[in-house]
Amino acid sequence: MAEAAVKLVNITKRFGQVTANSNVSLEINKGEILALLGENGSGKTTLMNMLSSIYYPDEGQIIKKKKEVSISSPRIAYELGIGMVHQHFKLVDVLTATENIILGLEGKLNKKEAAGKIKEICDKYGFDINPDQKIYDMSVSQKQTVEIVKVLYRGANILILDEPTAVLTPQESEKLFNVMRNMKADGKALVIITHKMHEVESISDRVAILRKGEYVGSLMTKDTNASEMTDMMVGRSVSLNIARPKPVNPKPRIRVEGLTVKNIEGINKLTDVSFTANSGEILGIAGISGCGQKELLEAIAGLQPAESGSIKYINDVGEEEELLGKDPRKIEELGVALSFVPEDRLGMGLVGNMDLSDNMMLRSFRQGKTPFTERKSPHSLAEKVVDDLEVVTPSIETPVRRLSGGNVQKILVGREIAHAPTVLLTAYAVRGLDINSSYTIYDLINKQKEKGVAVIFVGEDLDVLLEISDKILVLCGGEVSGIVEAEKTDKNTIGLMMTKVMNENTDAKEE
Amino acid sequence: MKKSQKEPLFHIVKRDVLPWYKAWGIRAIAIVVALIVCGIITTVTTGLNPLKVYGAFIQGAFGSGRKVWITFQNMSILLIISLALTPAFKMRFWNIGGEGQVLVGALATAACMITLGDKIPNVLLIIIMSISALAAGAVWGLIPAIFKAKWNTNETLSTLMMNYIATQIVAFFTIVWEVPKGSFTVGIINQSTNAGWLPQLFGSKYLLPIVVAAVVTASMYIYLKYSKHGYEIAVVGESEKTAKYVGMKTGKIIIRTMVLSGALCGLAGLLLVGGINHTITTTINSGQGFTAVMVSWLAKFNPITMIFTSFLIIFLERGAGEISTNFGLNQSFADILTGIILFFIIGCEFFISYRIAGRKSSKEN
Repeated sequence: MAEAAVKLVNITKRFGQVTANSNVSLEINKGEILALLGENGSGKTTLMNMLSSIYYPDEGQIIKKKKEVSISSPRIAYELGIGMVHQHFKLVDVLTATENIILGLEGKLNKKEAAGKIKEICDKYGFDINPDQKIYDMSVSQKQTVEIVKVLYRGANILILDEPTAVLTPQESEKLFNVMRNMKADGKALVIITHKMHEVESISDRVAILRKGEYVGSLMTKDTNASEMTDMMVGRSVSLNIARPKPVNPKPRIRVEGLTVKNIEGINKLTDVSFTANSGEILGIAGISGCGQKELLEAIAGLQPAESGSIKYINDVGEEEELLGKDPRKIEELGVALSFVPEDRLGMGLVGNMDLSDNMMLRSFRQGKTPFTERKSPHSLAEKVVDDLEVVTPSIETPVRRLSGGNVQKILVGREIAHAPTVLLTAYAVRGLDINSSYTIYDLINKQKEKGVAVIFVGEDLDVLLEISDKILVLCGGEVSGIVEAEKTDKNTIGLMMTKVMNENTDAKEE
Repeated sequence: MKKSQKEPLFHIVKRDVLPWYKAWGIRAIAIVVALIVCGIITTVTTGLNPLKVYGAFIQGAFGSGRKVWITFQNMSILLIISLALTPAFKMRFWNIGGEGQVLVGALATAACMITLGDKIPNVLLIIIMSISALAAGAVWGLIPAIFKAKWNTNETLSTLMMNYIATQIVAFFTIVWEVPKGSFTVGIINQSTNAGWLPQLFGSKYLLPIVVAAVVTASMYIYLKYSKHGYEIAVVGESEKTAKYVGMKTGKIIIRTMVLSGALCGLAGLLLVGGINHTITTTINSGQGFTAVMVSWLAKFNPITMIFTSFLIIFLERGAGEISTNFGLNQSFADILTGIILFFIIGCEFFISYRIAGRKSSKEN
């Protein structure tokens, strides 16, 4: 059955001195779902980008139907039936689904006919979209569906999905997998890039593994297991358990009461949110992305003004301090050691174009009485973080944007925990990180917890949330749909709570 | 190449960071190529010997002691304005209002010289002149900064508009102060008393702006590279969200930086009126507020590199002026040559960041 839809032969791609792919050969077969695995920076996305014409290989050939092809523009990629759904959607917000799908196609513009054809594709594979809906009105999973339909509409029979489930709820992911199975049955070749092992096991037929830009090998999924795949990815054996040390002497540290936040358009992003985060505990926050997680953390960090409510910081001797209405600098001046690892690492937590040492200085540059900055201690902090967290970087003077995702995150987390915080806020701390880096980060967070830090951990992978958190607060549309003990609940319950605020949970909220 | 499946003839590949000597090698090649192209165009269109034309270029900038001094004097004014714009640019605040900020500085200087000349001691007059020139420039920078900080208006437009306002105000006062009546010019201010004329350094009337420019260059380099303000400017420029995240008050930083930017432009205005021209016209700055944008960009906002880029621009300007008079060519021809040279110099930056990779396989399709 394994008929190759497209073959990559000895592909090499370099960016300056960095070799992203080295001599990679890979076959993508019809009627098969191939999972592409590898740590961050192992060259998965780069390799697939060469199929979809974003990059052009330096060496090697791409062979389709026994002929060498040269994919030099997106149009040629489509002509060859190759379509890729990127991690970051490439849609025009103000246009409808149909308009986005036919954007850039030649020929007469006939939206009705296009809408009909889109309906046909949707019915065939079980997608659920409204062709006339505007993109800005859509949820993340709907946008993703539009991206997939767009690719199919152009006649793709080789589909590449780059971390498609990173933004979906478990239920939505399951829906996507069903659609993928339908496409497979239709004879299409599918490639999925993901970091989640249980997804690899449930959806793929075959896994191909890359390590540091090199092809390690491929396995039939049914013949392997998560720990074998991880070992191949990392190149040594890795333990896949997240520790959950018992909280020691938890005391209330952050008390949020009746917090309501509106966005610029006046729409409630958070409605009457109340909870307490204890020292020495990890409070997990679950929810579909965009349900107020960002606003919640930013409000605590002093970056988000609120309509009403209060956020109290309670120190070791029980004195309370109101944080709401104060900016990060005021909060710092109050003596509240608050660390925040935001979702947008390079856009908010770090400055991409600055080097490691200058990024360390973001937190400390005000120190000292002279008008000049003191550069020695940030430099040595950078060296320490690089050493302690095994950051892979050419030097301390390298701009952080040149590092891979996992290393960027290590720099950010390393800086944030360096000034002995009492509260640690993290948003999607392991998003886009490979297994190895993820476990480093979990470990760091757990160490902070053991030091008595109150950790608020916004996550997307429910398996991880359930393993690492002591309590889980579930947000749905900006409301608290419940706070549960992580040990006493399961994925399905939380998944359901994420999609609707249940009435019986009003009493759970009171605990 | 449209529909064919052939491998493209070349593709563009991002380079690693080049060592400085290679980068400068590319720039040197660009200048040589530019000179060759200029030579061909000169011969084809005018029939002149290009070498002679180039000779005239150098003559124009360095032909005599006086020419050398004027070249350096012009360069220092351009350098000061470029340095003034630089902190704003580093903050990604596109201050293209240098022209207006220099003009109001010049206007404030002239106003002090005309209204207070001979009424107060000269030292006091010069102090008042300096303060008002810097303050006027600062205010001209402050206004768009406030709009930007409070309402996030587009600074490119507002700083540009402020230029026109400045020009009109200067035009108005030219009429008020015109000497003699009906001439539409102010004439040399305090010609007999020299009141408010900035002092000559070591007996040279050219030296003062050069010394000021050197001081400003060194200070700006240190300010941007080593001061807390400089660090804040860099962070705000790279990412306003990051700045807010670490508790920087971005509005305050924008306003503070633009006041500095405007004040330094005002300083250039002070030197132009008080030190060099001793008069005021709407064109006293001859578009240097805009040229400075290019100088600053070409130097990638590095104050030290700006010494070279401002020199290059002034050299081209002075040389071009010389050939248009020497060979009876008009100014446009000189502008064509300057344009070609700048095109190559700016264009070569592309080859510093990228390289062109040829076909990977030797077999021909």
